[in-house]
Amino acid sequence: MLGLNKQDTTILLVVAALTIFAPFILNPFPVDSAMAQFNAGYPDLMQRFVIFGIFAIGFNILFGLTGYLSFGHAAFLGIGSYSAVWMFKLLSMNVIPAIILAVIMSGLFAVVIGYVSLRRSGIYFSILTLAFAMMMFALAYSVLTPITGGETGLQLALDDPRILGISATPEGNIPTPSLFGVEMRASTTVPVGAWEFTFNFGYYFCALIMLVAFYLSVRIFRSPFGLTLRAIKSNQQRLNYTGVNPKPYTLAAFVISGMYAGLAGALMASMDPLAGAERMFWTQSGEVVLMTILGGVGTLFGPVLGAGMIKYMENIISKINSDILHSWFAFLPDGLEDLIVAIIYPFIGKGWHLTLGLIFMLVVIFLPGGLVEGGQRVRSWMKNRGKSKEETSQTPAE
Amino acid sequence: MDAIILQILNGLDKGSAYALIALGLTLIFGTLGVVNFAHGALFMIGAFCAVTLSRILSASHEVLVEGKTDFLGNPLKEDVPYVYDWFGESAGAAIIDWSVPLSILFAIPVMILVGVIMERGLIKHFYKRPHADQILVTFGLAIVLQEVIKYYFGANPIPTAAPEAFKGSFDFGAMIGLDPNTIIYPYWRLIYFCFAAIVIGCVFAFLQFTTFGMVVRAGMADRETVGLLGIDIDKRFTIMFGIAAAVAGLAGVMYVPINPPNYHMGMDFLVLSFVVVVVGGMGSLGGAVLAGFLLGILESFASMREVIDLIPGINQVIIYLVAIIVLLTRPRGLMGRKGVMEE
Repeated sequence: MLGLNKQDTTILLVVAALTIFAPFILNPFPVDSAMAQFNAGYPDLMQRFVIFGIFAIGFNILFGLTGYLSFGHAAFLGIGSYSAVWMFKLLSMNVIPAIILAVIMSGLFAVVIGYVSLRRSGIYFSILTLAFAMMMFALAYSVLTPITGGETGLQLALDDPRILGISATPEGNIPTPSLFGVEMRASTTVPVGAWEFTFNFGYYFCALIMLVAFYLSVRIFRSPFGLTLRAIKSNQQRLNYTGVNPKPYTLAAFVISGMYAGLAGALMASMDPLAGAERMFWTQSGEVVLMTILGGVGTLFGPVLGAGMIKYMENIISKINSDILHSWFAFLPDGLEDLIVAIIYPFIGKGWHLTLGLIFMLVVIFLPGGLVEGGQRVRSWMKNRGKSKEETSQTPAE
Repeated sequence: MDAIILQILNGLDKGSAYALIALGLTLIFGTLGVVNFAHGALFMIGAFCAVTLSRILSASHEVLVEGKTDFLGNPLKEDVPYVYDWFGESAGAAIIDWSVPLSILFAIPVMILVGVIMERGLIKHFYKRPHADQILVTFGLAIVLQEVIKYYFGANPIPTAAPEAFKGSFDFGAMIGLDPNTIIYPYWRLIYFCFAAIVIGCVFAFLQFTTFGMVVRAGMADRETVGLLGIDIDKRFTIMFGIAAAVAGLAGVMYVPINPPNYHMGMDFLVLSFVVVVVGGMGSLGGAVLAGFLLGILESFASMREVIDLIPGINQVIIYLVAIIVLLTRPRGLMGRKGVMEE
């Protein structure tokens, strides 16, 4: 289907099904139950799942295929957000021009930064991208305040021109981002028995774009271009000797992944029309690295999985507090209950970064291929166990 | 003239911190070939060693004051630190006052221990893995260490004072024969610079003039041959990791009075220190120190009002700009050796 082989089609269909039915899958608990806080099916969080999914898919095209570890990818996220908000301010609240401009702008920046950074490889490349991103962060935060809004960030105002749209709604409010009149925040809530499912237009818009982005990345992975990128990762010298100049290929990969990041930034701004410099800070770049590694670098499905995992943990684990823990372990004797709560407490709530760091370390140490590799190992282990059981059951029969 | 001297002096303290961290990073990279993203966390742990010691020293118990009552009429209680009981009041007060310099003695064994545990427990398993994996696992470790410190010490900066004798500033201009009141410089920053110079000198002397240092240098040049000569080079490299951790920790201890430590100070310095290492040349100890001071001083020159008026925002980006220019014109850095990290 769509020029994909059977296996890739399956992956694409699985991702499509997961995104389409996400409002159901992420809301497994009834509204009134004690577990309702683990429901992740609200629009804001689901939007972040897919947006960061796009970011991680793009990052994976660079890091997963070529092996160049960029520590400054958040710069493109920021550029995308800023461009999109400027489009909202100047042209109209339609998201299409905003997204187009964001992708073009981040692509242009990626060409310049990539051209310079890709002259070096290894750790030097990481440091160069980091230096560029931090430079842009510092400038956006201070000198470029007229363009970026500085510390407060870039926000919409009532007196923005919006040539093709309206400056203010008849009620005197700032209009919200929309797609040809349908507002991004439009959502309907459907109660089904004890459950409640929310369908949000913005989420489905982002999900559709993510599916397209995912499809493109599958095509890139399976194309001759993707194969060349893999060759760069495994042995650049040999590629040189065969007469292929790797530079244009790595630059193309860098620009593509920069444009993915810009797209993600534009979608972030479309869901919530403001852009701040902190989106360019290196911790944000670190986060996308974490997502990609956690899910499985170089795999198709991994980055999406990693992005979902980290955003889920960020929102859900950080919400747990000691009272909730006490209620969970209330069945235990008092002393034991307090002990267990005391042990778990540092890892939840504000301490969720600690959990993240530990999980990340464990993944890098034991599962360099990320969760996807973990899944494969479990599957092959199950298969082998099934086989050995058959063998053992056969032995006495002989 | 005085403005130039003032900016050089201002750059020295930050430059010293950069140089010390970059020196440790380079030691680890040169010996073990590992890119340690957790080095900033070691700097931070050093700073919190100082905080911990000053808290331990100030630990106190309540004592009834004879013949006095508080406003409710109850007997008045006063907090008396334990050190007062043990060493007498004046000596005890002096010990508490000097807690930051005393922390040096406390931090050295702690940091060496932390470094050795880190190397034996984690980094040992990453020698044969790609550099990207090393970066990632140490990055994860840095997050964990940072969060542990945040859990115990909170998210806010913790001010810890320098000894009373070194508070305040002195007139550096008058000392070198310029007009008085042109260059006023805080005592502690000068001490920090001298301390950094001594530590750097010690590390270089240790490597240059001791048998142990000679073996380590030989191991840096050709690890395999040294191993073939029957020397347990791994053990020595582990100790070097401990020393590198101690250098970063000491930089952190002495930085406490300049900047109250918080849990993310390590990461803030790490990014810049990496830039410093790369500018100096990966694997070159002299280059790391040189680039550390150079970039520190450049940064303070770029924060001069005249320069900012000329090129707005230059103070924020100067280090990164220099790094980009250096990497593109001298790919090995200022003093980089051939064949180091050139895959």
